[in-house]
Amino acid sequence: MNISDWLTLRIEIALAVFILLQLIIKIFDLIRSNETWLRLNIAITFLIVLLGFTGNDSGSLFGGMFISTSFIIIEKTILAFATLLVLMQSYNWLKHHQHTPEFFMLLLTALLGMFLMLSANNILLFYLGLEMATIPVAALANFDLDKQRSSEAGMKMILSSAFSSGMLLFGISIFYGITGTLTISSWQEILRPGGLEVLALIFIMTGFGFKISLVPFHLWTADVYEGSPVSITAFLSVVSKGAVSFALARFLFNGVIMMQEFWVEILFLLSIITMTVGNLFAMRQTNIKRFLAFSTVAQAGYILLGLAGDPVNAPTSVVYFILVYMFSNLAALGVVEIVSFATQKEDLDDYKGFYNSNKKLAIVLMLALFSLAGIPPTAGFFGKLFLFTSGIHSASVVWLLFASLNLVVSLYYYMRLVRMMFSENNEKPLASIQSPLLSNIALIICSAGILFIGIFGGLYDYLHQLAK
Amino acid sequence: MIEQIPLTHILFLSTALFFIGAYGFLTRRNMITMLMSVELILNSVNINLVAFNRYLHPNIDGAIFTLFIITIAAAEAAVAIAIIISLYRKIKSIDPEQADELKF
Repeated sequence: MNISDWLTLRIEIALAVFILLQLIIKIFDLIRSNETWLRLNIAITFLIVLLGFTGNDSGSLFGGMFISTSFIIIEKTILAFATLLVLMQSYNWLKHHQHTPEFFMLLLTALLGMFLMLSANNILLFYLGLEMATIPVAALANFDLDKQRSSEAGMKMILSSAFSSGMLLFGISIFYGITGTLTISSWQEILRPGGLEVLALIFIMTGFGFKISLVPFHLWTADVYEGSPVSITAFLSVVSKGAVSFALARFLFNGVIMMQEFWVEILFLLSIITMTVGNLFAMRQTNIKRFLAFSTVAQAGYILLGLAGDPVNAPTSVVYFILVYMFSNLAALGVVEIVSFATQKEDLDDYKGFYNSNKKLAIVLMLALFSLAGIPPTAGFFGKLFLFTSGIHSASVVWLLFASLNLVVSLYYYMRLVRMMFSENNEKPLASIQSPLLSNIALIICSAGILFIGIFGGLYDYLHQLAK
Repeated sequence: MIEQIPLTHILFLSTALFFIGAYGFLTRRNMITMLMSVELILNSVNINLVAFNRYLHPNIDGAIFTLFIITIAAAEAAVAIAIIISLYRKIKSIDPEQADELKF
């Protein structure tokens, strides 16, 4: 252990220091203006993003508990960047909130938990990171303190996440009983498919299923996404889901790779029902946040398809997809946030004739929906393409067929919203909305990402190189 | 003394506790009781870890893990009860069925 190994921990150390500093500043009440807090935190998050590009990347610390590679650093940077975009979009909402400083502490703590979870090579550290990433987010879901729906969302989130981590832990305890060690990478030498191992793996997959909202463990998703403030919906649907997907990929390929034949079967079943149920339920929603919630449920099904690949392609395609998905979903939710803040309207019907009153916002939302549906030349197409090419490695024909059919089904409801925005008339159209500067910048970044990431072909090769 | 109790007995206890917790979580109509059911699940995990540690793998890992689980469970309960109180102020009830503003 030397200095260059400690440098692999730089992002976490910086983040922890900033969180503690903010706590002290808050206790002594040194900064009173909400806007100063906002600017400070946007700067901090930007710094965290930049830190990802500097210094040494690979090494291990604390007797192999904490490991880091260039690939993991890239994953962390993507999550930090998504958090930055979420913060920029929430500027207007937080400007007048009563408890703005607490918001950042909780949000950054959740981010720190995700970083620890991604770097963990020890299941204890992994579990601590996972809990650190979920408990603050449940408190954040309850952040619209005067609204009943926000409290309901928080309640549903904390109870279901507590239950799911119980399931996950039960599986972990059985794995500990079999192997006698908590180090994830040494599990792969001991674990072979057998009765007890399979039972434990099913428990663990159930825990993960709750966290990335796979059907049949998705029941909390739509309620929490609808009830939470829009920024938290964005954070949950992009950052939390992304982090747990990365962690799932690492767990499957580092810990239980020898049981691959078995877990591909689990992924197959979960993926098919996740895609189908997510798409079918998305069709009948009337609230745009619930609509996007079921669309993210369906997207999780495609992520599982990508995970069926080989140990290099699968994580690469998942990271690439999450990057694309981050831009698309944050663009969509960014527009929803602007509209909902200005007019308090969140129904799909309110978006009829949206193009007539707000041309730019409608175009951004259209791009996002195209990308979520996977229409070329938007980046969403390439994200799906790489997931499918990775999945071909061990996915059956039935699985691929189901995934393709589901893509067609999803096209229906995404395009229905686009048609509503552009060619239907509304008796009570939304007023023309003046969107704030920072939200505009975030939306421009997202649109640029959607349009150019797919065309900029070197990115996938670069990630692929790092994953080796 | 403890060697007279076979490991299977303890595993039976922990599995039973797990399913009692899961059953309670899914059937109770009281948020606090649901939280207590989750604690039962976590304690069944603790029993598992300690038993495996004592009987099969005499390294300290399993026992340490339980300490962290207890701590995290306390943190989780703190946040959960705070949220439940905030919900109670609005609906004057801790019955999750009463919290029905969000459904499809």
